Amino acid sequence: MTEGTGIGAPVRRKEDKRFITGKGRYLDDINRTGQAYAYFLRSPHAHAKINGIDVAAAKASSGVVAVLTGAELAADQIGPLICGWAITQKNGEPHNAPAHPALAVDKVRYVGDHVAIVIADSLAEAKDAAEKIEVDYQELPPVVDIASALADGAPQVHDDVAGNLCYDWELGDKAATDAAFSGAHHVAKLDLVNNRLIPNAMEPRAALADYDSGIDELTLYTTSQNPHVARLVLAAFNGIAPENKLRVIAPDVGGGFGSKIFIYAEELCCLWAARKINRPVKWTGERSESFMADAHGRDHVTTAELALDQEGKFLAMRVSTMANFGAYLSTFATAVPSYLYGTLLAGQYTTPAIYCEVKGGFTNTAPVDAYRGAGRPEATYVVERLVEVAARDMGIDPAELRKRNFVAPDAFPYQTPVIMAYDSGNYQLSLDKAMEMINASGFAQRKADSESRGKLRGLGYSAYIEACGIAPSAAVGSLGAGVGLWESGQIRFNPTGSVTIYTGSHSHGQGHETTFAQLVSDHLGVPIENIEVSHGDTGTVPFGMGTYGSRSLAVGGSAIMKAADKIVEKSKKIAAHLMEAAVEDVEHSRGVFSVAGTDKSVTIAEVAFTAYVPHNYPEGLEPGLDETAFYDPLNFTFPAGTHIAEVEIDPATGVVEVADWAAVDDFGNIINPMIVEGQVHGGIAQGVGQALLENTVYDKETGQLVTGSYMDYCMPRADDLPSFKVETTNTPCPHNPLGVKGCGEAGAIAAPAALMNAITNALGKEIDMPATPEKVWQAAQTAQAAE
Amino acid sequence: MPTVSMKVNGQDASADVEPRTLLVQYLREHLNLTGTHVGCDTSQCGACVVHVDGRSVKSCTMLAMQAAGSEVTTIEGLAQNGELHPMQEAFKENHGLQCGFCTPGMIMSAIDLVNRHPNPDEQTVREELEGNICRCTGYHNIVKAVLDASGKMGG
Repeated sequence: MTEGTGIGAPVRRKEDKRFITGKGRYLDDINRTGQAYAYFLRSPHAHAKINGIDVAAAKASSGVVAVLTGAELAADQIGPLICGWAITQKNGEPHNAPAHPALAVDKVRYVGDHVAIVIADSLAEAKDAAEKIEVDYQELPPVVDIASALADGAPQVHDDVAGNLCYDWELGDKAATDAAFSGAHHVAKLDLVNNRLIPNAMEPRAALADYDSGIDELTLYTTSQNPHVARLVLAAFNGIAPENKLRVIAPDVGGGFGSKIFIYAEELCCLWAARKINRPVKWTGERSESFMADAHGRDHVTTAELALDQEGKFLAMRVSTMANFGAYLSTFATAVPSYLYGTLLAGQYTTPAIYCEVKGGFTNTAPVDAYRGAGRPEATYVVERLVEVAARDMGIDPAELRKRNFVAPDAFPYQTPVIMAYDSGNYQLSLDKAMEMINASGFAQRKADSESRGKLRGLGYSAYIEACGIAPSAAVGSLGAGVGLWESGQIRFNPTGSVTIYTGSHSHGQGHETTFAQLVSDHLGVPIENIEVSHGDTGTVPFGMGTYGSRSLAVGGSAIMKAADKIVEKSKKIAAHLMEAAVEDVEHSRGVFSVAGTDKSVTIAEVAFTAYVPHNYPEGLEPGLDETAFYDPLNFTFPAGTHIAEVEIDPATGVVEVADWAAVDDFGNIINPMIVEGQVHGGIAQGVGQALLENTVYDKETGQLVTGSYMDYCMPRADDLPSFKVETTNTPCPHNPLGVKGCGEAGAIAAPAALMNAITNALGKEIDMPATPEKVWQAAQTAQAAE
Repeated sequence: MPTVSMKVNGQDASADVEPRTLLVQYLREHLNLTGTHVGCDTSQCGACVVHVDGRSVKSCTMLAMQAAGSEVTTIEGLAQNGELHPMQEAFKENHGLQCGFCTPGMIMSAIDLVNRHPNPDEQTVREELEGNICRCTGYHNIVKAVLDASGKMGG
């Protein structure tokens, strides 16, 4: 492992000091003089017509500044909320996009839907007043699960969307796929449910809007993963303020996992209200609000088939999925079960024909959007569970079956039948390494030991692939994206040689302040303690697309490297002048500029000083040393690897113990292995949570959210998890300057399939997530009865 | 409104608060000690853990008035003369935090854990941290940090 603070070293995080001493600055820690407090009255019904809202008593309540409803929002022409990815359906039509008002107007469509905003001098007064609002609801029958919503005669969530269908989309060659199936030796088949999850970043969402009437400018402090995108959408689509009159600041943000990408009703309403009442307006979400109204994740119902020949070679794959979007389309909802899902169904394999169709629809539930992995965990889950079923059907060892079908290390770039061109990889290397780490050859003995104690034991593989750093802009634009997906990076030298890096990506736990400083320190020879990383403020950072899809290093880091190249280029001119040498003779290595064959050299600190005090300076060269670059990647990156889970199950209780975990991930080059491992640990924990513990339940009859608190929604605790064995393989990404791929989501993508394959391996029976003790016990009983 | 006084991080503190004020609100809103966080509304996440008379307490489950006269330590009060507490040091050294939001409560719980179990094994640490939820780390490095600190806090 590399020593010091350079690339490859496990540098301890620069940001930690403030967090471990209680000096972090999260949104609720920020206050503005004279601020008022917002409270949202939310729908208690899953589906109801609003016949009227009487706010008179609330307005008269103590301390109340304003009570605002959807009618006033519409009158001020604020909103509606938008979905930024257009999908073309099978029939060539655009997807159905019903209006998404930030405050409900004539109808509420899920429990937690926003009905009114009450603003008062204190939060307690706002809450008291909210209780005095009289809403005349006429309840309607709800529909909460996607299969029911798409069936004939289902309640209609939106009057203008027939059959609750948002889109019927397809990808791949149907005819070729069907032909391959008709000639197959064996067809493996699996029906599965990818359970709905609630992201649960530990910091609840919050917003503080501040209006400065003197300059007619709004400032929004918000828990965002992408403040510039928020500003763009709020300005261009929601009518809040022109972009130059709106500043968005995302300070320390306590986790995101996708849920803080989106532009929600709350921040929009706080901004609108702050200008209306000419006072700062603060809203801090309570956990129960997070459960009800943060965008949820997953929620697929899928049938998948794999066609194989006699040798176990994959011939074709056919996947049919129904995806639940909830009541409205969240900001990037449409892309998740389409282009972020269908395009990954080749997995790590050479399957020559793939056909996928997805019906996305509306229900009376919270909106569903990207959650850690976003479409890619769903794809890996389908592929890897199905491969396991095929191995069992055909009596082939599951590792062996995978090896027979892997894309070979010399086959890159590899074009799949579903759009993607994989950049690089060595899939068998990761599988072999993971098998060694978990001692796969000793499994039979361990299983026998477990059985001697009356326990079941299972081993499960997940050879996952993901696509990070979604790009390039022109390609995603052609698939319907409403934004570009490049990133900006700026390196500003101060006259004394210290540096501030400005990045358009945003850290909410990922450690950018350390990793990006490492990059610049290593490349430009500036001591890491002399480098600050600034992010999250549209007032200081040039522009940025933010952080999601494991893009920060591959895209944002590459932008910083491009800026560093510009710094070196300009510095060479200054150094040449100082050393009285020709620019072409100047060489650069880690912040030292020298002339080949001489003992002449100057440091970048001297260059920076000269750039700001240009007394002795090249003619015609601009002063200053401050460079900005924008980087638009040539392709996605494709991290891949194998996770293997080993479980022991007590058939008497149905409790699954995660006995061991081996993860081998190929993230390309690695800047900070300590941070990378931490990302993998966290991702696995979320994947284990999905597979064992977490599930979002809406009551079918009433549409009430049953799992609306930590008492009902089971989050992984320390004693639910083992320690993890984590290693990497490293085939560099060939198309970005750092050779990096992205590590933020791999664990969450790989883990569910690994764990469910281990559990079903132990049980000898297929079950769906989450594998709760009750479900596992039932399966163990029927399996035993069958014996 | 009653006046509630206590000793917080070694300093005398006093504020006039509504009787329903929770300890966490007293610390955050009246003393501006915002290092203690609120992550849930059902007393389960543990982001708000502080020490009251030396024992870990979820400060969202206790009224400020109940803590009157007590000695309270928050995350801000751990470092002494610029020296980090060994548990703080261990969290940094072992990458036991990512977004940092659960961290103050996690550190306060962990210190109390080690005070009660001076040389805990991994399973004890995992079971004792059951009342603190972290969504980022998968607990792997938190457990490592607590075990590391327990060695350094010894005696």
